[in-house]
Amino acid sequence: MNLNDLKLLSPEIFLSISGLFLLVLSLFKTDVVKIINLSIFSLIITILLVCNLWFGWLFEISTNAGLLDTFATDNFSLFFKLLILLASVITIYGSFHYLIAEKTKYYFGEFISLFFLSIVGMMLLVSSTELITIYVALELSALPIIVLLSIHRTKLGIESGIKFFILSAFSSALLLYGFIYLYGISGSTNLLVIKDSISSMNSLNSYGIIISIVLIISGLSFKMAIVPWQMWIPDVYQGAPTPVAAFLSVASKASAFAVIIRIFYTAFSNENLMVDWSLIFAILAAITMTIGNLFALNQNNIKRLLGYSTIAQAGYILIGLAAIPGSETLDFSGIQGSMYYLAGYLFTNISIFIVVTIIISKTKDETIQGLSGFIKVSTVYSVILVIGLLSLIGMPPTVGFMSKVIIFGFAINSGYPWLALIGVVNSVLAAFYYLRIIRFIVFEEPSNDKLSYVSKLQDSRTVFAGAICSILVLLLGIIPFLVLEMSKKAINFI
Amino acid sequence: MFDGIISLTIFLPVISAVIILFFLKNKKTIRYFANITTGIVFIFSLLIFLSYDTDLSGFQMIDYFERWIPFEYLRSSYIVGVDGLSAPLVLLTGILGFVSTLASTKVEKRVKEYHIWLLVLISSVFGVFVSLDLLLFFIFFEFELIPMYMLISIWGSGRPKYSAMKFVLFTLFGGALMLIGILSIYMSPDIGTLMMVSLPELGLVGIPELIQYSNLLIPASFVFFLFFIAFSIKLPSWPMHSWLPDAHTDAPTAVSVMLAGVLLKMAGYGLIRINIGFFQNTNGFTIYDVSLYISILAAVSVVYGGIITVRQTDMKRLIAFSSISHMGFVMLGVSAIGQSSMQSSIAGINGAALQMFTHGTITGLAFLMVGYTYERTHTRHIPHLGGLWHKIPIIAVFFFISGFASLGLPMLSGFVSEIMIFLSVYKIWPVATIISAFGVVLAAGYILWMIQRIFFGVKPPDEIFSDDIYEKIRDVKKLDLLPILLLTIPVILVGIWPSFLTDMINLGVEGVIR
Repeated sequence: MNLNDLKLLSPEIFLSISGLFLLVLSLFKTDVVKIINLSIFSLIITILLVCNLWFGWLFEISTNAGLLDTFATDNFSLFFKLLILLASVITIYGSFHYLIAEKTKYYFGEFISLFFLSIVGMMLLVSSTELITIYVALELSALPIIVLLSIHRTKLGIESGIKFFILSAFSSALLLYGFIYLYGISGSTNLLVIKDSISSMNSLNSYGIIISIVLIISGLSFKMAIVPWQMWIPDVYQGAPTPVAAFLSVASKASAFAVIIRIFYTAFSNENLMVDWSLIFAILAAITMTIGNLFALNQNNIKRLLGYSTIAQAGYILIGLAAIPGSETLDFSGIQGSMYYLAGYLFTNISIFIVVTIIISKTKDETIQGLSGFIKVSTVYSVILVIGLLSLIGMPPTVGFMSKVIIFGFAINSGYPWLALIGVVNSVLAAFYYLRIIRFIVFEEPSNDKLSYVSKLQDSRTVFAGAICSILVLLLGIIPFLVLEMSKKAINFI
Repeated sequence: MFDGIISLTIFLPVISAVIILFFLKNKKTIRYFANITTGIVFIFSLLIFLSYDTDLSGFQMIDYFERWIPFEYLRSSYIVGVDGLSAPLVLLTGILGFVSTLASTKVEKRVKEYHIWLLVLISSVFGVFVSLDLLLFFIFFEFELIPMYMLISIWGSGRPKYSAMKFVLFTLFGGALMLIGILSIYMSPDIGTLMMVSLPELGLVGIPELIQYSNLLIPASFVFFLFFIAFSIKLPSWPMHSWLPDAHTDAPTAVSVMLAGVLLKMAGYGLIRINIGFFQNTNGFTIYDVSLYISILAAVSVVYGGIITVRQTDMKRLIAFSSISHMGFVMLGVSAIGQSSMQSSIAGINGAALQMFTHGTITGLAFLMVGYTYERTHTRHIPHLGGLWHKIPIIAVFFFISGFASLGLPMLSGFVSEIMIFLSVYKIWPVATIISAFGVVLAAGYILWMIQRIFFGVKPPDEIFSDDIYEKIRDVKKLDLLPILLLTIPVILVGIWPSFLTDMINLGVEGVIR
């Protein structure tokens, strides 16, 4: 490890040290508010360190690759690190009320250090360019989440933790099995070397490659919430502490998408091979959005409904992966669409989750009917929720609309008009259940017991975080190039 | 290039909605403010209409910001302008927008939100008619759903939530198909633009010209149907009409006026601008191939709508169903597009465009009068009414005017557009025209029968139509005459002097048909 490696790893190193520091600090200092503020502060420092690597404010880095070429901080990984960190910081800031009110305040040190370790795992995951590193980082990101899920020791929480643990172990095994095939075929664990050795092979139809592609997709699909590895999502979301569910739905998913993009667009970026796996992704995308939306139609629990809705959203994001370029113009714009979609989805989903967090922690009512007449209880929260839901439907002028337009455009461009057609029909299906929530919030009369807590509901931090998210949802929808320019710079690794 | 007046007209209602949201609290102030805003918007739309120079033709008053989305994969610009086709519709939107706020004085529930949504609705409808960029067009076309959903759900009667949801889902489905159509045209080789029309003075080449030489990614016939289904849901045409009676019946009066008056016209406008404009001469497909089927669909719509209307017993539902029949005439006019006789085609589409304007004013007036009657009688059930002529003569007179215009009495505007459509389409699709002509007979039937049952005869006995209510019925106040006259003047004016609209429309239609 040389100096350059240290520079490349500076955000991760800082974040893990501050996580451990906060753990120790919480032993001596019981004031949870200060610890939360410190944790937000250290996340912001980490974001600045990531930005520093992108723009080079403090120091220049000599090369992107580090740690014996197992690790790369190219713009692609920095983009995803920014997404993950933004998701985390907004979640923690927005759930401030929840964190100090719930039982979490007694073990906030443990909570935040595990949270940080998981973030570090995800940041390493999006940067790793080597199979073993990918596996280790994946485990590092998953294991703390198991504890976080069941940290309240409620029955549902422990159930969701165990479910997540078993399935994550199982999917890791599948992933490792796929890696073994890849190693056996190419004799290396480095993605670039694997790419060269696959290109130099005579017969691409070797069963080994196909099996490893299938196994790798299966292993990572667990994290991305793609059918048929989606079963755990609603159960885990329902049992999880709501901020953890928010984190899981955005950051964890983003990191899994990042790593699958990196593997497939590096190791399997052979043109003949691409045609095969892009069809797999297209079919999976079609099934995923349809299943997610169909199951969400009849949900009454808002957390379960959001779980199914994230499955459907994962299907849309997957369209971008399937949209490989036509043979004559080889630019990888489909991924750009996915990255834009993920960025928009981040703000949309987190704005909904933090508002839902505070409502549920106050009312203990997780049904959609519990939101009846919410606009009369709290206008600000209702507006944030409605903007988020409209963005999930894909109504102009929100970011959800623009990202759907862009992603369907890429699907048509790469020869999948049927996929775009399924996508738009699905968005109509989705409109039904999102509008149902809006209907309860805006049109129904509030039940009486709700009005009693109205004074306690307003929390300036949640309002602030939610308002920032909502403004970004509208802003990115009206001027989408803010993110698109970034994502264009980010896909230069291919 | 920036002229400004159109952009100002689009965004003025939204801006004043924002002002209402943050600064105004008093109900009365909000009402005045909204009325003044829509009044100014009406004047602006009149200005746009009058300052359209018929000697120059083409698109005028263009506002153009290049590359509104400066992204190399989606070259969308902010570009708005009017031609002969859209200028009358802009005027129509201005009139009906003003009428809809004036007719909202009886709304007492959540007044602030109501006016905000109404203003937002007016903005988005304006946007649809003046957008020259397909994505911009689509954004306005979809965005209108949010205010409509809120307006029907919160302020509606009957089963408002069901109707609003039905309306939104139907339209969203159509919009979703249209999005695929837009993207597949845009992504096709050699097109790469979203301009709906060519603007030589700005050096912009539009899709209608480019599409002729391009091999579309998916077959042109399929793209045509994606658009066609989207617009025929919105029009609505049989068999995609079932959302309309529900949405109309349950919506509050002002929203019904907007819905029948201008929202349906978005579909007719789209049919002419996009379906006719783009698909006259594409690779392997032209609209001529299917215009026979369009005429059959139109005839079925007209007659089916008419027959269903006769059976209605609810005043509002009756007018709503008659809209299906009358918008069928628009589609019949569209089907006049054919290779054989250019003159008849142009005349038929002229008729369709005129029918959109006239139907907007006539149905707007009819819904307004139904609303006024309902406010007084508290029932819309026709068999429970009768003998109202003596109590509300002014309402009755204007009710008659709208009814007679709707059934096509000469000297009123409905006659002009219908006769234009019939005369020109007869030369191309005689059978469909003859069948559709029965629609007028049916219209005479249901309109006259309704008027006779509501206004003439004797008052039903006390247990059906309470004497207390009957005694308290008063005619309209003077202030209510303003919205009534705003709608009646165009009805009569177009009836006796149609060329002030048709000359302009003709320019627009000739621009669409090459």
